[in-house]
Parts: sequence; structure tokens; C-alpha cells
Amino acid sequence: MSTPSRYWREIPQRYRLEANSCTKCKQKFFPPRLICPECGSRDLVKTKIAEKGKVISYTIIRVPPSQFKDQAPYAVGVIELDDGVKLMGQIVDCDFEDLKLGKRVKIEFRKLFKKGHSGILCYGYKFVPDS
Amino acid sequence: MEGIVGYGAYIPRNRIKVEEIAKVWGADAPSYKKGLILEEKSVPSPDQDTITMSVEASKNALKRAGIDPIDIGAVYVGSESHPYAVKPSGTVLAEALGATPEVHTADFEFACKAGTEGMFVALNLVKAGIVTYGLGVGADTSQGAPGDALEYSAAAGAAAFIFGRDKVVAEVLDTYAYMTDTPDFWRREYEYYPQHGGRFTGEPAYFKHVIGAAKGIMNKAGMQAGDFNYVVFHQPNGKFPFRAGKILGFSRQQIEPGWLVNKLGNTYSGSSPLGLTATLDIAKPGDNILLVSYGSGAGSDAFILKVTSRIDAVRNLAPLTRELLNNNKKYLEYGEYAKFREKIRKAD
Ligand SMILES: [Zn+2]
Repeated sequence: MSTPSRYWREIPQRYRLEANSCTKCKQKFFPPRLICPECGSRDLVKTKIAEKGKVISYTIIRVPPSQFKDQAPYAVGVIELDDGVKLMGQIVDCDFEDLKLGKRVKIEFRKLFKKGHSGILCYGYKFVPDS
Repeated sequence: MEGIVGYGAYIPRNRIKVEEIAKVWGADAPSYKKGLILEEKSVPSPDQDTITMSVEASKNALKRAGIDPIDIGAVYVGSESHPYAVKPSGTVLAEALGATPEVHTADFEFACKAGTEGMFVALNLVKAGIVTYGLGVGADTSQGAPGDALEYSAAAGAAAFIFGRDKVVAEVLDTYAYMTDTPDFWRREYEYYPQHGGRFTGEPAYFKHVIGAAKGIMNKAGMQAGDFNYVVFHQPNGKFPFRAGKILGFSRQQIEPGWLVNKLGNTYSGSSPLGLTATLDIAKPGDNILLVSYGSGAGSDAFILKVTSRIDAVRNLAPLTRELLNNNKKYLEYGEYAKFREKIRKAD
């Protein structure tokens, strides 16, 4: 997400969680694929990933990349969504002591980072507790 | 009849108490709390802004409306804190909802009235038959200058309304607008914090326009205060809505369900719209609701709504406004608040 054009290309996934799935073997892909790596089929249809899931691993980032400096410390986790898709993302609005494996989370639209003082604002999904 | 087919709210989890702000500036917290009838306010996280809150509030509105977002023909975001100076908030919102590319989008600005302006235009495009559904959002992450009276109230939140003709949960019976040029509050280009006219923000500004709009729409519709189950006024502090209500003949019981300001603060463009979402959350079929916004500069928009029987079916399809207000709260100290709101000068 370093340039406006790359950010722009990823909008369908970052904003709307657009995925696709294979009509033959039913496998779901996020980000979408052109050819199914399981069965080689090109017959793929547009779908979305589930908006809820559970934490299957996580870590607390205390020394982040420079554009995330103001957000540290923050949690990053791998989430298994209810449709089986696994996704990595920041887990926010959750106190670290409440963060546990298996914790239910949902997707929320947030600002990921901003490019310095004058660059574009980059938006996308993060995870928050599903209460 | 045209009206609201879906509504949604969003409130960030962070709060700061009046005492915590007063402590830093050597101010007397009890007199602020009593004077403003204000206990705490919402604060956005560094990764939240008018755009992100608009998206979440609109998704909640979509859940209640149960419509395909591609059928939304107009998307309007009203705010005085659009994240970009040049580049619309509405395009990000429309894209995130999946309403692009056949959609008319614009950002509105009119201090705290921008939200109801977007609602007004979206509704009237539906009435004119130009769009099937129109979305109007009021959202703000407002800033008061450190130590200024506004710092105790300037808060963050968003409310979204999808207008349409079918499956309406609240019909809009009438609308009205009341406006004059009144310099009670402003912010010049490149200035970070707004300026205000102190006591001038009361009688000739808030009260003149709120009362003017409320009387105007009731006259137009041939209705009186007693014909309404609920009334929602713009809420710059806890006191003003009750005083306006008293002047107009409304009781506390008519005002209280939509009165969120004591625990929420003033969410500017989101203020009276969030009062409306909270009121719809508890309203019954057949109830009449009067909504009167206020924006400095200055003017008020007024709406008369009649709740339909569909309300009971959609109410629990998205979070209730008072749940968002009361659940998963996190209290900030002033230092963390100052960091979140970028009030601290840093090296690059
Ligand atoms: Zn396959």
C-alpha cells in the first residue's frame, strides 16, 4: 500500500472484502484468484468473506514500522473467519488482557495509516471484539 | 410515503471525563458539569475519523434497510471534520458500501447542521423520483481548542439514514428550513481550532433558529408540541435542548430518549441525527417525532416523522444507539487523549 495506485487496486479487498470461489471445488480465495490452485478451474465467481471469526494466533507489536509508530503497542492476529478463510490484521478496541485464542472478533472499517503529513489516507479492515 | 428505510449509529469506545480535562487547565469541574449538564464525551481512536465512522453507521443502516447497496443513488456525508481538505469523504463511503459507480456523491458542511442537510437532499431526491434510495450521514470528530469551553463537549460519532419509498420505518411527513447569517462560530482556512462568540452562541444563534424552525414546521404541518411523542434538538450541551423544549412547550419525557449529550458530548453533525437513532430505537408504530438540528452560521433543519409498524422488525438488526454509548467504554487520561487528537507537537 505504498503508492496511491497500489492502494487503489486493493480497494475491493480492503473496503468490501471481495473474494471469489471455485464453482467446482467450492474453495474460497481472498484475495481473489484467476485460476483455482486446487483443481485448476477458471470458473470462479465473486463472493465476500465472512465478517466475523475467531482469533487463532496473535502478537503484540511494540516496535512497529515507521508509519504505525503512533499506534504502538498494538495487537496483530490471524483470524479464522466463519467461512474458513484465514486473515491477518490488527485487533483494536480490545485491551491486551482480554485478548485470547478463540476470542470472537468482527471486521470494522478503520484508517490503516496516513502517508506523512500530506499523502493519502489509507483505509481498510481491522478486527474488533464481537460483543 | 417516502421516509427512512434504514438507520444506523456509530460511537467510538473512548471517553474522557469533564474532571480529567478540568484538572489539566485548573478549571472547576463541578461548575462545568452543572453549567453544561455534561459528564463525559466520546473520543475517536487515531484510526477513526469521519469516513470510518460514516462507513460503520451506514453499514448498520444497510442491515436495517435490507436493501442491495447498488440501488443507493445518492450518498451525502455532512461533517465539519472531513479528513481531506480536497477529496470527498462520500467517495470512500460509497465505495466501501458497494454503491459505486452509478451514484451521486457530495460532502456537506454547515457546522453542526451538515448531517441533516445531507438527509434533506437525499430524501428530496427520493421524493422527486430521481433515485430509488438516498443515504444521508452526519458524522464528526470535532476539536475544541485546548482549555476552551468547547474542549469539554467536542465529541465524535456518526448516524446514517437511508431514505426510500418502500419498506419505510418512519415516514417523513414534513420538512422545513430556517436560516440567517449569524457569526456565532467559525473556523478560517488553515486554522486548526474554531472560534466562537461566547454567550452570543445562545439567544441570537441556537435558540432563535431552533425555535424558529420548530415553530415554523409545526405551523406548516398544523401540529402542536402535544402531538409529538418525542422531540430531538441539536445538543451542544445538556442544557440547551431542555431550555428550547421548555420554550416550545415540550416536556422532559419527550426530550430524554434522544438526549445523549451528558454521556456522549456534542458530536456536531452527528448530534441530532444520533438523537434520532436513539429515539427510533425505542419508538412504537404510530409515534410522531420532531427533529430540529442546528448549525452555527446559522440555521436549523426540521423534520416531522411518523414511525411505521416496520420499526419492530428492523430495530434489533443492528446495534442500538444506547448500547454503543454504554458498552465497551474505555476512559482516557488527558495525555492519551491529547495524543489521540494530535494536540501534541512532535518532531517529524
Ligand atoms: Zn477448484
